[in-house]
Amino acid sequence: MADRIVPLGEKRLMDVKLGELGSWLGKRDFTPNGVLASIRNGHDRYYNKYINVKKGGIGGVAMLLVGYVALSYMWEYDHLKHDRWRKYH
Amino acid sequence: MLSRIVFVSANAVKSSSPLGAGLVQLSHLHTSPNSQAPVPALPEKGGKTRHGIIPEEIFQLLYPKTGVTGPYVLGAGLLTYILSKEIYIINHETFAAACMGTVIIYGVRKFGPDVAAFADKLNEEKVQKAQEVKDLAMTSLAQAVLDEKKEQWRAEGRQMLFDAKRNNVAMLLETNRRERVHMVTNEVKKRLDYQIALQTLHRRMEQEHMVNWVEKNVVTSITPQQEKTSIAKCITDLKVLAKVQQAKATA
Repeated sequence: MADRIVPLGEKRLMDVKLGELGSWLGKRDFTPNGVLASIRNGHDRYYNKYINVKKGGIGGVAMLLVGYVALSYMWEYDHLKHDRWRKYH
Repeated sequence: MLSRIVFVSANAVKSSSPLGAGLVQLSHLHTSPNSQAPVPALPEKGGKTRHGIIPEEIFQLLYPKTGVTGPYVLGAGLLTYILSKEIYIINHETFAAACMGTVIIYGVRKFGPDVAAFADKLNEEKVQKAQEVKDLAMTSLAQAVLDEKKEQWRAEGRQMLFDAKRNNVAMLLETNRRERVHMVTNEVKKRLDYQIALQTLHRRMEQEHMVNWVEKNVVTSITPQQEKTSIAKCITDLKVLAKVQQAKATA
């Protein structure tokens, strides 16, 4: 069924079974170099899929902006808590 | 569409020379200097997104379990949840965000295709310029190859040229030699003719002189006595002849 046996640490996230999630997280590379490599990898994947194309749509940039808005909302949440309409939800 | 603007503006910032045309595909260059494989072309369209902000993959993920409306129901449920639990708080900024969102969506809907076409045209021009440079280089190189081949062919033919020149020189030498031989024969002949003429003159003079001398001697040796007797003989001969003639006439 599988083409070859892939070591657990190198499987992609979607291929990891739920039970193996803990050990998979343990095997991932969390050194600074590893973190940088994963950031670069993610950036390359996003860039090559949505921006580095001949006829890109608005989605590529719009998703980044929406993500920025959401992130900044999350960072400001402690400050915004005081504008809540009700105290108990 | 905005990504095309990103490209165009980035390239305008990077360089404004005609070589900037190649920078359209800058991120697609080989980073290692060893690979000779042709660079794969850019994909035509990016990843699909629904309503501009949600990747299509979410919809495909949920389709087997929840059908077409699944993600929308998920979205509505999430929205209700964060509103009711006030994880998203409605305050003055909500109004500002709503106004901005409306304007942005209206602008994108209305001017999107035009801007996209404009950016496409810019990209097209850049690609075309690069293509022209490449085509020009190709044609000039092909022409150079043809010219080189022609020069090689000409160099081969030079042997024939040398042969012809050699023949010419040989002919000139031969002509010269023959002219000189001619001159020699003529001169020799002239000298020999002179000698012959000299000898014939000599002989003729001797002959004439001898004849003259003999005549003179004969004439002086004819004594008068001999003269008379010879004349008498002539007369008698004549008479006989006349008689014979007469006899013949009457016979």
